[in-house]
Amino acid sequence: MAKMTVEDLRKLREKKQNELNKRDINGKDCQVIIGMGTCGIAAGAKVVLDTFLKVLDEHKITNVAVTQTGCMGLCYVEPTVEVLVPGMPDTIYGKVDADTVRKIVVQHIIDKKLVADHVYDRPSADIIKNGGR
Amino acid sequence: MAFRNYILVCGGTGCESSRADQIFKNLIAECEAQGVADEVQIVKTGCFGFCEQGPIVKILPEDSFYVQVKPEDAKELVAEHIVKGREVKRLLYDKEKSAKHAQVEDIKFYQKQFRIVLRNCGFIDPENIDEYIAREGYEALEKVLFEMTPDDVIEEMKTAGLRGRGGAGFPTWMKWNFTKQAEGDVKYVVCNADEGDPGAYMDRSTLEGDPHSVLEAMTICGYTIGAHQGYIYIRAEYPLAIHRLEVAMKQAREYGLLGKDILGSGFDFDIEIRLGAGAFVCGEETALLQSIEGHRGMPTPRPPFPAVKGLWGKPTVINNVETWANVPVIITKGGKWFSQIGTADSKGTKVFALTGKVCNSGLVEVPMGTTLREIVFDIGGGIAHGKKFKAVQTGGPSGGVITERDLDTPIDYASLQRIGSMMGSGGMIVMDEDDCIVDVAKFYLNFTVDESCGKCAPCRIGGRSLCNILEKITRGSGTLEDIDRINEIGLAMKKGSLCALGQTSPNPVLSTLKYFPEEYMAHIVDKKCPSGKCKKLISFEINPAKCIGCTACARKCPVGAITGEKKQPHTINPAVCIKCGVCKETCKFGAVEIH
Ligand SMILES: Cc1cc2nc3c(=O)[nH]c(=O)nc-3n(C[C@H](O)[C@H](O)[C@H](O)COP(=O)(O)O)c2cc1C
Ligand code: FES
Repeated sequence: MAKMTVEDLRKLREKKQNELNKRDINGKDCQVIIGMGTCGIAAGAKVVLDTFLKVLDEHKITNVAVTQTGCMGLCYVEPTVEVLVPGMPDTIYGKVDADTVRKIVVQHIIDKKLVADHVYDRPSADIIKNGGR
Repeated sequence: MAFRNYILVCGGTGCESSRADQIFKNLIAECEAQGVADEVQIVKTGCFGFCEQGPIVKILPEDSFYVQVKPEDAKELVAEHIVKGREVKRLLYDKEKSAKHAQVEDIKFYQKQFRIVLRNCGFIDPENIDEYIAREGYEALEKVLFEMTPDDVIEEMKTAGLRGRGGAGFPTWMKWNFTKQAEGDVKYVVCNADEGDPGAYMDRSTLEGDPHSVLEAMTICGYTIGAHQGYIYIRAEYPLAIHRLEVAMKQAREYGLLGKDILGSGFDFDIEIRLGAGAFVCGEETALLQSIEGHRGMPTPRPPFPAVKGLWGKPTVINNVETWANVPVIITKGGKWFSQIGTADSKGTKVFALTGKVCNSGLVEVPMGTTLREIVFDIGGGIAHGKKFKAVQTGGPSGGVITERDLDTPIDYASLQRIGSMMGSGGMIVMDEDDCIVDVAKFYLNFTVDESCGKCAPCRIGGRSLCNILEKITRGSGTLEDIDRINEIGLAMKKGSLCALGQTSPNPVLSTLKYFPEEYMAHIVDKKCPSGKCKKLISFEINPAKCIGCTACARKCPVGAITGEKKQPHTINPAVCIKCGVCKETCKFGAVEIH
């Protein structure tokens, strides 16, 4: 690495900040928890995890921590994902694939609306009808 | 590149010595073997401060805090936590917590802490400059070089109200300002990383966990006072800290953040490391400068102060590691922000090395004004093994004891002095009912007598005499006149010694005498040691009512002092007994008693 100018330093900082922010859990108020039990992995939870990381990055969303957990007990609708966003009901989505992940990010996390056809637990039926409002 | 998990392995000296490095290597190998190497970033960080429970491994983003991890655990951690997303419960610090709510912030040890100096310790890889840069690193230097005049920097430091963390608590801005105003074209910046207080290791951990913060701060000071060369004086017994500093300096030079024409600003500054041989007196600033110059580490009279006549007779700023580590944050966040933390006369935070008889020993950083009770009982988890709290020693061999009565004193420079102790560099040793206060005073005095350079008579002769008196008291031949002698000699040393080593070394004796006079009296008048520490004053006896004659103690006694028939009460022959205490430890019936 050659000697840096101020501009180089700023650029490097911005780039690295972005990387390190992902490690930092402070200031992350939203959480996406992916069920990675044997059943979940077999049903494609791994793809779901990778897609979440990719899509969040694409939308430059930094306040969401993507974490994993074991089997959530909803093996019949794996892969399952629990999404915790302040001001929204805690929601478990089932039968999630890459497309659903995009919907969850855009609708649930950005627009604060439930992705109604994939909700499998938590919000009661009428909340779902109202789209989470 | 987004990783799905980050594994932070503690690379502090505490954890390294319990094989953290092997854990680190095993984790890398396991991630490879289990096919997740591309998705996980494994980082070796600085000390987490929770050394008691080390080696520490923290996995993000779940924020799972694994303690006492062994190299063999790597396989399970990767297979379970990383691959399957299930926390390895048996290794978690808090085994009750569910994954969803497992937060390091839930651990009481961290709740009351506020981290400025240790902001990056336990989070970044200290051997990777990019990670420091990502955490606002070198932003302060950039700001100073291109947007601030030296006077602006001094003004900001003044607003902040930062005071020296090495012991005396002198306002840092004033020191810089004196040196800036001193005549001379050559000036120096020195970092005091000698850290000689028994039990203290906050400077070591800061250097190991975040070396760039000190380099950046010294460069900022160089710009402010007009110096182009800095020295870090560090004891040779800190090999890991030295290594991390060397790596950091090399990386900073490659990036043009150290050396000629820093960031194209035209300002030159470089730093060299000087190794000390680990003499306590070399932490004293004038002795330290002598040592850097290649002379014997002996203090010289002040004035002249280093700010006027320091290294090679040139104006020199010398600050402590922790003091330095605060500087970049003050510049980036502003002096005003900093001054809002702490108390009226003491701003910011202080790092303490909490050791002794507490449950959680480790490094703690708290806002000034936190009480000792909060540190010992909330953060430290109270006294280990259900024993009773007796006192805390702060300020090391220059400080004094603080008792139950003063536990609610908010910690700052003035109030610690008021209760007869001092801030010191931050060693905090907790004592329980088993510690003999005269013995503790003797320990510290022995230390300063050993470490005295011998240049001035009050320290050399006074220290030795005090030590002899204490020795006499702990042997049971003390007299009431000895108390007067202690006070007389102590006063003479305070008044007449050349440097603060001699001036402060009577403090542990004087303060224990002030707070525990009855314990001195017990030794002198009753010839008894209440906590059973002073061997000459105790005797071991077997209570015949409790002894069942199992012979266990007689078999263990190394000198054959215990005799008796099987199934009959035994006796100890005091003429033979060496008071090692093995019989007391061995007896299952509590029949061995100390008198
Ligand atoms: C006997 C003795 C030992 C000292 N040891 C240290 C030390 O290990 N580290 C340190 O930073 N200051 C030590 N000091 C204090 C230094 O003399 C000096 O006050 C300090 O380095 C100034 O930096 P500061 O203003 O940042 O605190 C010691 C002082 C004495 C009298
Ligand atoms: S050395 Fe690992 S926590 Fe302190």
